Amino acid sequence: MIWGVLQFPGSCDERDALNACELHGDGARLVWHESRELDGVDGVVVPGGFSYGDYLRAGAIARFSPAMEAVAEAAAGGMPVLGICNGFQVLCEAGLLPGALLRNVELRFRCHQVELIEEGSGERLSIPAKHGEGRYYAPEEMLDRLEANGQVAYRYADGHNSNGSVRDIAGVTNERGNVLGLMPHPEHAVDPLTGSTDGLRVFDRLARVAA
Amino acid sequence: MTVGTPKYRELGLTDSEYELIVEKLGREPNDVELAMFSLLWSEHCAYKHSRKLLRRLPTEGERVVMGPGENAGAVDVGNGYAVAFKVESHNHPSAVEPFQGAATGVGGIMRDVFAIGARPIAILDSLRFGELDSVRSRHLLDGAVRGIGHYGNSIGVATVGGEIYFEEPYEHNCLVNAMCIGFAKTADMVRAAAAGVGNSIVLMGASTGRDGIGGASVLASAELGEGDEAKRPTVQIGDPFEESKLLECCLELLEKGLLVSLQDLGAAGLTSSAGEMASAGGVGIDIDVARVPLREADMEPFEIMVSESQERMLAVVEPGRVEEVRAICGKWQTGSAEIGAVTEGGRIRILRDGEVVGEMPVGALVDGCPLYDLDPVEPEGWIYGNRETLAAGAAPERELLSLLSSPNIASKRWAFEQYDSIVGSRTVRRPEQADAAVLQLPEAGNAIAVSIDGNGRRVACDPYEGTIEAVLECAQNLACVGAEPLGLTNCLNFGNPEKPAGAWQLDRAVSGLADACNALGVPVVGGNVSLYNEGPDGPIYPTPVVAMVGELPDPEQVAGNAFVREGDAIGLVGPFEPSLAGSELAKQRGELKMGLPRPDVASVAAACELVRTAVRAGKLASVHDVSDGGLAVAVAESAIAGGIGCETNVEHLRERGAQPEEALFGEGPGGFLVSGDRATLEELGAVLIGTVGGEQIAIGAGDRSLSISLTTARDAWQSLPRQAAGVG
Repeated sequence: MIWGVLQFPGSCDERDALNACELHGDGARLVWHESRELDGVDGVVVPGGFSYGDYLRAGAIARFSPAMEAVAEAAAGGMPVLGICNGFQVLCEAGLLPGALLRNVELRFRCHQVELIEEGSGERLSIPAKHGEGRYYAPEEMLDRLEANGQVAYRYADGHNSNGSVRDIAGVTNERGNVLGLMPHPEHAVDPLTGSTDGLRVFDRLARVAA
Repeated sequence: MTVGTPKYRELGLTDSEYELIVEKLGREPNDVELAMFSLLWSEHCAYKHSRKLLRRLPTEGERVVMGPGENAGAVDVGNGYAVAFKVESHNHPSAVEPFQGAATGVGGIMRDVFAIGARPIAILDSLRFGELDSVRSRHLLDGAVRGIGHYGNSIGVATVGGEIYFEEPYEHNCLVNAMCIGFAKTADMVRAAAAGVGNSIVLMGASTGRDGIGGASVLASAELGEGDEAKRPTVQIGDPFEESKLLECCLELLEKGLLVSLQDLGAAGLTSSAGEMASAGGVGIDIDVARVPLREADMEPFEIMVSESQERMLAVVEPGRVEEVRAICGKWQTGSAEIGAVTEGGRIRILRDGEVVGEMPVGALVDGCPLYDLDPVEPEGWIYGNRETLAAGAAPERELLSLLSSPNIASKRWAFEQYDSIVGSRTVRRPEQADAAVLQLPEAGNAIAVSIDGNGRRVACDPYEGTIEAVLECAQNLACVGAEPLGLTNCLNFGNPEKPAGAWQLDRAVSGLADACNALGVPVVGGNVSLYNEGPDGPIYPTPVVAMVGELPDPEQVAGNAFVREGDAIGLVGPFEPSLAGSELAKQRGELKMGLPRPDVASVAAACELVRTAVRAGKLASVHDVSDGGLAVAVAESAIAGGIGCETNVEHLRERGAQPEEALFGEGPGGFLVSGDRATLEELGAVLIGTVGGEQIAIGAGDRSLSISLTTARDAWQSLPRQAAGVG
């Protein structure tokens, strides 16, 4: 599987994502935000960072980029798309994922290792989170629907929901399951030397969709 | 200029300095020239009270790639790669507006590093505030921490370490020192010297506004006092998004070989960048201010030349490649303008639409400022206050808890969790996991460790010995992760050097720094000086912030500072001779006075070597430097970090002349607390002091023996969030 990693001005974690994709798949390349072509990749990562400075609202400008138009089309065709942190915000702004990310309940950026539970399998993952606007929010009816459809992918384990996300939700998918967004950073959990390798399982999950 | 104070005095120049300028120009300077001279001849830019002292520092070493005089120092880390690093102060702006002051401190130090072609990979910071029971200190702490996080997080460079101390003398004059580490292919690095007569000068990045005008002279070179609010317009405003684009743009330009040289715009803006580039290259420069993109159309030439608007870089480009350069700037959505040219003749000329509005010899502007000798006089005694917060004779358990909850010793998790410490995938040890930050360099096939340190209180007790201790502390921190020092940089934060006591502190500290570096064989590859750090109540503690970068072959072998296994032996390595002089306990008891014991630098260096070798061989389960609060605090910290208690006894230290209280809480260099296999520790020559295990932290010390539960100790050590919020 060949991964493409979008790069916006203000992206921060695109090299980390590229590195994780290389470890996980058969290759990876950066896709410049002005490119309307995804250049034959099999899956896309919308990485973390502060695209266009995030001065308006996180992800609000990046969603209008040519590369995101290409991603929306590819996602509609079933291509796996992984939005991490700012990428999750971008996918929500673009309407590819339900809900929105609000400022953390403590109103501070926080970087720490968190534990996630994968919905369904119950698997526990240790992955770092680092964000100031990661409080997942959606209206109650929508949340009920997401849960009924199996669109909640990951929840924070007990005691790890430090941003105040509703129903402890850390990551969600679209209805089809090929678009996944989460606030914690699986691309920073691919090397035992820097903490854990649990992040690779998030990439695996999407690779299964592609298969 | 016939009534009131002459303009040059308001700009910070003395009568004799002004006369010298007139002599060098052969006439009175006009406003443009006066503004430029006043900034480049300020303490901040000219180092006029420190330059002579700094000549004492050793700057040569086998691994030095770039030394003092460049935008940042750099050392060779092997395989054709180099690590660049520098620390710089942003104290006065942060005292006026902590969020922007700290944010732009981070932005500025990063530009210094990518100006030499190195990609920033890590940030550390060294902060000093007044005591946390002051509303002002809590406000400054909160603002500075948010500002550092805002800038570093947004630009995607990991903040991997740092230190924070809270002491009364920093109440009015906080310290914000930011350090940046960069990584580069040695062959791709670039110097700041302008070269090639006829080459174009290109200004890149943000447009130029009125922010920061006069920052260097008005803010950075005078004592703080009443009416500082009025100085707010001289604090710069940072935009990390702009810098992120500028950073990527500059690195792409350098990688493609499109730049002859590159320089950041910091204090004194275009004046200092253009002046320093011309001076280093032995050439002249013409700048036409009409071609500088402005935020406000009606700016005067002098304002354009001294503006400290952030996120700007100046490059020298061959004329035929300007369009290529501008196209790449366009790709990164960063501004660019060709504003001048490199000229013959060593003169810097400022033009507006082709008309000369200022002209001066580069040598006079950049290197012409007189350098002053200091007039040091040792003060009669302790010139700072004493405040008792813990009565002498308190129970030892109470003393330990009081030390663990001291904001100087307590966990700084509240602060460092506000920073992205992992972006870049190099962070092998996150803050508080080990005594030094460890960053892997897969490209070079090894890793580096970084430590930043400077206990101002101990330096106040003895500027010479205290500064030596700061260097030793860094060396010990590096040894704890198995790293060997490659180079050192520093930021000398001191009071007014024109006052006898301030001069004495600075003079003694620089000698201490020089002697320690010589003894350890560590070259000083760069530095920064911040003087006039005084408030209405007097000077700050003299605070030489020392930062050391070291190399380790295998990051897999790095031990943490946490006890790991029940049953492991605990030992003390090194020539640690504890004393209460200058200690945290002496501070809490209100017993601070002049004097520190003299450390044996050679035997501390030998202990570092011993520990480094053992760590590299993977022999130790944990290693922790004995520092603030003494051995009892080190034991408690390793226990808390590991979530496991211990049974120890420190009475052996009596043989080194220590009373029980000194054995527990006395401080001094040279101590390593280690744990691991008993036979290994014995082989290492460690004094065995106990065993890991249980739920209690028990320390035998004769009639001062103590035992507290792990939970109680942890609660005290984790009390910083409450104290920072003013509720604890």
